[in-house]
Amino acid sequence: MSVQYAKQYETVIGLEVHVELATKTKIFCGCSTEFGGAPNTHTCPVCTGMPGTLPVLNKQVVEYAMAVGLATNCEITRLCKFDRKNYFYPDNPQNYQISQLYLPICRNGHVEIETADGKKSVGIHEIHMEEDAGKLLHDEWEDCSLVDYNRSGVPLIEIVSEPDMRSAEEVIAYLEKLRMTIQYLGASDCKLNEGSMRADVNLSVREVGAERFGTRTEMKNLNSFRAITHAIEHERERQIELLEAGQQVIQETRRWDDHKEYSYAMRSKEDAQDYRYFPDPDLVPVYISDAWIAAIRDGLPEFREEKMARYKEVFDIPEYDIGIITDTKHMADLFEETVAICNQPKKVSNWLMGETLRLLKEKGMDAQEIRFSPQNLAKLIALVDGKEINSSVAKEVFEVMFEKDVNPKQYVEEHGLGTVNDETALRTTIEEVLAANPQSVEDYRGGKERALGFLVGQTMKAMKGKADPGMVNRVLKELL
Amino acid sequence: MDLLSYSAVELAAAIKEGKATAVQAMEAALARIGETEGAINAYVTIDKEAALAAAQRAQEQIASGALTGPFAGVPVAVKDNLCTEGMLTTCASKILGNFVPAYSAEVVKRLEQAGAVIIGKTNMDEFAMGSTTETSAYGETKNPWNLAHVPGGSSGGSAAAVASNECFFALGSDTGGSIRQPASFCGVVGLKPTYGTVSRYGLIAYGSSLDQIGPLTKNVSDCAAVLEAIAAQDEKDSTSVKREDTDFTAALTFDAAGLRIGIPRDYFGEGLDAEVGKAVLAAADALAAKGAVVEEFDLGLVEYAIPTYYTIASAEASSNLERFDGVKYGYRAQEFDGLHEMYKKTRSEGFGAEVKRRIMLGSFVLSSGYYDAYYLKALKVKAMIKKAFDDAFANFDLILGPVAPTTAPRLGESLSDPLKMYLGDIYTISVNLAGLPAISVPCGKDTKGLPIGLQLIADSFQEKKLLRAAYTYEQLRGAFGMEH
Amino acid sequence: MANIISDETIEYVGILAKLALSDEEKAQAKKDMGRMLDYIDKLGELDTTGIEPMSHVFPVQNVFRKDVVTNGDGSRDTLENAPEQKDNMFIVPITI
Repeated sequence: MSVQYAKQYETVIGLEVHVELATKTKIFCGCSTEFGGAPNTHTCPVCTGMPGTLPVLNKQVVEYAMAVGLATNCEITRLCKFDRKNYFYPDNPQNYQISQLYLPICRNGHVEIETADGKKSVGIHEIHMEEDAGKLLHDEWEDCSLVDYNRSGVPLIEIVSEPDMRSAEEVIAYLEKLRMTIQYLGASDCKLNEGSMRADVNLSVREVGAERFGTRTEMKNLNSFRAITHAIEHERERQIELLEAGQQVIQETRRWDDHKEYSYAMRSKEDAQDYRYFPDPDLVPVYISDAWIAAIRDGLPEFREEKMARYKEVFDIPEYDIGIITDTKHMADLFEETVAICNQPKKVSNWLMGETLRLLKEKGMDAQEIRFSPQNLAKLIALVDGKEINSSVAKEVFEVMFEKDVNPKQYVEEHGLGTVNDETALRTTIEEVLAANPQSVEDYRGGKERALGFLVGQTMKAMKGKADPGMVNRVLKELL
Repeated sequence: MDLLSYSAVELAAAIKEGKATAVQAMEAALARIGETEGAINAYVTIDKEAALAAAQRAQEQIASGALTGPFAGVPVAVKDNLCTEGMLTTCASKILGNFVPAYSAEVVKRLEQAGAVIIGKTNMDEFAMGSTTETSAYGETKNPWNLAHVPGGSSGGSAAAVASNECFFALGSDTGGSIRQPASFCGVVGLKPTYGTVSRYGLIAYGSSLDQIGPLTKNVSDCAAVLEAIAAQDEKDSTSVKREDTDFTAALTFDAAGLRIGIPRDYFGEGLDAEVGKAVLAAADALAAKGAVVEEFDLGLVEYAIPTYYTIASAEASSNLERFDGVKYGYRAQEFDGLHEMYKKTRSEGFGAEVKRRIMLGSFVLSSGYYDAYYLKALKVKAMIKKAFDDAFANFDLILGPVAPTTAPRLGESLSDPLKMYLGDIYTISVNLAGLPAISVPCGKDTKGLPIGLQLIADSFQEKKLLRAAYTYEQLRGAFGMEH
Repeated sequence: MANIISDETIEYVGILAKLALSDEEKAQAKKDMGRMLDYIDKLGELDTTGIEPMSHVFPVQNVFRKDVVTNGDGSRDTLENAPEQKDNMFIVPITI
């Protein structure tokens, strides 16, 4: 960092990460959690706080929370309970949020992260389950806000880290680690830009060597890794400048404005931040038995590190490719399932590393959005192996498959893309090509090997690309 | 014979036998309402045309054999804190003055499945906070026995409607005595079931861990039959419990032999009106003469029940009532500057004094720095009170005592001193804290001619013991009711 | 009266509870709350050491729903009682 300060400072960062769980229904009612949807269509009396309604807990929420806890080395709280967090805000239809304060479902975990400075462990203080709030749209023209409760009651887990991180780089590594783990579990798609993963940054600074932490602030509204990095740098500087000027850091919540690249305090006389938590009398405790924990543990997937190690041992593909393929569980699953069908890891990897990555990049998609099935990719590989199509046709078919997950065999048949294996027909075509290009024939016979390439090209053109290049070469040489 | 003199069970039988129709029953109830409601004000909402149309439909279904439930065609009144689809549900508050739910409470659905036809919604203390039905935003209800007196509360409208024959039975809710005490003041039977027996889905919550819905009826037989119809586990209420023994009418036997009844000495001390105490002890003697083994004992902790209750109930209420904010339904202030002023004006104008008092207290006891000292302490004392009852039920089948220290006070006497009013709940409140079932049965009148209630308390899930003892006592006592 | 409720406390609780009391109501609230707290302080007489706070009377546990969508488009019922609405959303005073 370029700015020079009188003293040396250390940044201390802890994260509160909210993750929307990938359940079909909300945490306390049978409404759909689908993203989007016309305003208030995914609502019912329960998730809109109608009088007299009561919450009933979605079991899948507990199981996802347990899975994330186990994957991050947490202790599972055997008897966990829900509490009400009371505060008035229009996106919160009951004016209390059902959350967990006193007995959160997971505690005392940790994850390993790796940065340029090496490996380190980041502690997880707790993970708790809670309900999401609705969405506010602002109509500044009419000077009012509009409330849509579609998101109200979508299940969240909040992962609270220990203040173990010291730089934006570590924060990003930690978030990547969480994202990867949770995506592997299938517990969430963890998209920062769509809000299915949201991080609040608690940050303080202290002189290097100081024993006590400085006063921290909490930064909200960080919707990308870039915003997180910038916000951390700005907040670190802001706090250090305050301290150097002999002023105090105030413990407060600040909102990051990504356009203006600065943060401001969210202070209000009406916002007492006294949430009056108490056990929700409408919900009963969740008792988690050893057997239940064991069942969830058994269901945990192979995570990335284990997967990478296994690939190295089992498949003869480059380490770089292994890294890309295992970056998302979706691509790793696709790879393994395709290999299981065709038993050609190298070729499957080539399709994923080559054409798949190219098209993802071209279309601005991420790997989780790949739609084609392992069955169809295996069929495509078989078509090429069986010389039923040649490689340029294969790429053409793949592009369609990538778009629409078509059955390549069927598509090739329907569109007449199959390689012509009729040697008599090929001979006739080649004879015509040779007759039309006497100069090239002469050049070749005179020893110019390059002329053969030209004649192959002319033949393929005449065959509309559907000839088997090997056969073309052989017949050409024979006729020459 | 005058249909109004029938009990709910008798009326259902008469309709089933074709001796009467659902329409005649509804007409009789509405005619009665026409005569007396002006003076009593038991209802917040009555839609006569809708009620008659519903009775007409019920009668057609009865005739066709489609409707065969135990209360087929019987007119019922429902407390106005129970949601009724398409029918105004106000909680007797200005803040819900225009609220028409799109759903019915589970208990209302069960009553409708049993064939009952809703007349209307009964008056209550606002959000069930009160013991007199004087905190209603829609005018006080008067005691049918003496119009200068309160009917009790908070289910005062339901009790008064049953006592005055403005319905054949009613539903109420009981958080600290709100069914039993008005039943006692109005000379009807009222039962608060074991917590979790009746689904709370659609009951607008006051103190969620204490609220239970129950019947107010003309006699014990009706009470058992209504309980049988409404007791059921509901997947929409996580706190509802699965019970196998819901054939409550089977417990209606004239027999007290072997019942061990404990009389807590601590219920008969200072503050208890002598006439009330005498009538209650006479009821104990009657049961003893019929074979019950009656014994005095010390229950303990009685004086701690009220502070425990008001801490827990107010805290839960402060949170439960946060949803009334002018955003989604109900009253919204007309003029305000910004969001927080909208909240404050809406709530300050929409809630009455007693509700605001409890919200303030509840918010305070949960606030930072006070939670442990007040709320957590109260939850610990609640555990101690439950333990005291557990100990008592190790020796007794039932606990017998008064419902309230006095008969119904005069209108206007109670609200001026809230603490004194709260003390009137001393015998009923601990039952809610411990989640127990209890029944109030009329056991006499004082010299002013006002009814006195006998309270029987049983261990959790022992409603059948309650009903058997109450039925036996009722048979011994003989007819009780107003001259209409 | 042992519990003296200050103006600040009443003001603060008013912010938490979103209630704006008139001066008269505030005076009354101070008195009422003080008296109630004195009364509640009676619980201090009891030794509750080692006693578990009891939220639920019965040990009912693990009541769950299956993760199956049961509700369709609820927007009409949701908005039915709205004091003010626009474009199928609730109108509130602007929050930014």
